[in-house]
Amino acid sequence: MTNGERKTFLQKMQAIDRRVIFLFIGLAVALPLLFHVVFTEKITPIVGAIFDRVENLPEGSKVLISFDYSPSTLPEIQPMVDAVLRHCATKKVKIYIMGLWATGQNIADETIKRVLAPEFPDYKYGVDFVNLGYKSGNQGLINVILTDLKKMYTTDVHGTAIDSISMMVPIRNLKNFDLILTFGGGFPGAKEWVLFAGDPGRIPVAGGVTAVSAPLLYPYYPSQLLGLMGGIKGAAEYESELIRRYPAFTESSHPGIDMMGPQAVAHIVIILFIVMGNVAYFATRRREASNG
Amino acid sequence: MAELMERRAIWYLLGFLAVVLAFVASAALKGFYVTLGTFLTLSILSFLYKDNIFYKTAEHLFVGVSAAYWMVMGFWSVMVPNLIGKIHPPLVRPFMPAIASQPASYWYLIPAILGIMLLWRLMPKGAWISRWALAFIVGTTAGLNFIRYMASDLLGQINSSMIPLVVIQDGTLDTMTTISNLVVFLGVFCGLIYFFFSKEHKGVMGVGSKIGIWILMVTFGAGFGYTVMARISLLVGRFRFLFDDWLGILR
Repeated sequence: MTNGERKTFLQKMQAIDRRVIFLFIGLAVALPLLFHVVFTEKITPIVGAIFDRVENLPEGSKVLISFDYSPSTLPEIQPMVDAVLRHCATKKVKIYIMGLWATGQNIADETIKRVLAPEFPDYKYGVDFVNLGYKSGNQGLINVILTDLKKMYTTDVHGTAIDSISMMVPIRNLKNFDLILTFGGGFPGAKEWVLFAGDPGRIPVAGGVTAVSAPLLYPYYPSQLLGLMGGIKGAAEYESELIRRYPAFTESSHPGIDMMGPQAVAHIVIILFIVMGNVAYFATRRREASNG
Repeated sequence: MAELMERRAIWYLLGFLAVVLAFVASAALKGFYVTLGTFLTLSILSFLYKDNIFYKTAEHLFVGVSAAYWMVMGFWSVMVPNLIGKIHPPLVRPFMPAIASQPASYWYLIPAILGIMLLWRLMPKGAWISRWALAFIVGTTAGLNFIRYMASDLLGQINSSMIPLVVIQDGTLDTMTTISNLVVFLGVFCGLIYFFFSKEHKGVMGVGSKIGIWILMVTFGAGFGYTVMARISLLVGRFRFLFDDWLGILR
């Protein structure tokens, strides 16, 4: 085609400016948000396995929650963490918080202030929940605390001696926990918890990860990973089940469910663009073949 | 030409003033942090149109702040309680009095020395010293990973793949589990055939290899779908911030 020739409709379809696509995606996300488009979510077995395990934990069980993420994946992971924290606190289990990521420590602090403190005022720091904070070492850290947690954690996040915290007294290592929940989406994350804690220590490990990481972790389910929340869909499923079983949480924020409306519309737009691009490509190829 | 340049400069100045005014007005109404977050969000999103100074500023700020954050956290969460506090506990008394009275453990001098050796590469002479510490890190990590990956990723996954091809529950055929297990078996088997290069992919091997490619394509497709979901989630997160925290127009 020379510069002087006009592009056909099919050729234009194959060369849409990327900014036009961005605009459509932007609208597909913004409009359902503004008009509050939501869909009903039904829990799938892989998320249900986590919910049921937390639901069946006896009062006073020990649950370790690892914040292995940063603000860059906050919109995906935080809804899962909020829902699980609410569930754990409702079941009156002891919550131990830590982080393999430095950013996890402050996110955990902020989550405690936003969810646990206002919604569960009876939950006392050091008695019902504790924030152990961040330690470096990645899988090496998990390997050490599998046999001796206090070798690495001499204080909590506020600098309090670990042995002076009542809920830390019965804890020697990771095997003392009834459940390990990891939330993240990179390295170190769920895979390292399975490899270095769950498998060698025979400790139930479950958690939530970013959608990008989810397909890589599905092979561990169900024998090595108790359950998995993959991306915002996993969060929405957990939230909807929590609301179904505990209607009191209807009034709490449920960003996972709220975000699934824009997700669905944006996916439809992307599918339409893929279909349009492919139709245009094959139609052009057929036309060129028939023209010889 | 000069007139055009002058006109462009006036437009840039007006644009800059508008941004400053909008920032000040927003800060007065919504607070400094929300306004700063909004400014940085919009700066990053502006890259979708084209590269510009606002995007570059936000990007550099992000890199700088991240590096500093990890460094500070590493110092106060690890170096102080787990190294200085172990070697000479009284030294951390002003910051962490709770661990100041614990007994000293001089074994921690070894990681301290290795750490200093690692930093030696910043010195003008003797950069080779850091290689010994690096060799220690590489060696221990490789050893640690080798055992766990062998046990959980190889043997564990082989164990998970050993599943019954026909599932009978209470005397009746469990159709869904049977189909699921058959798909897993077929996927693993054909996937392995595709990566088996010692025999030409012809005949039965060719059919298995083709199915293997399809299985791989489905896997990549699922991966792409999940990636789209992840990216859209991040966009929704930013829009929720803009519409709710900043503009306050979300229901």
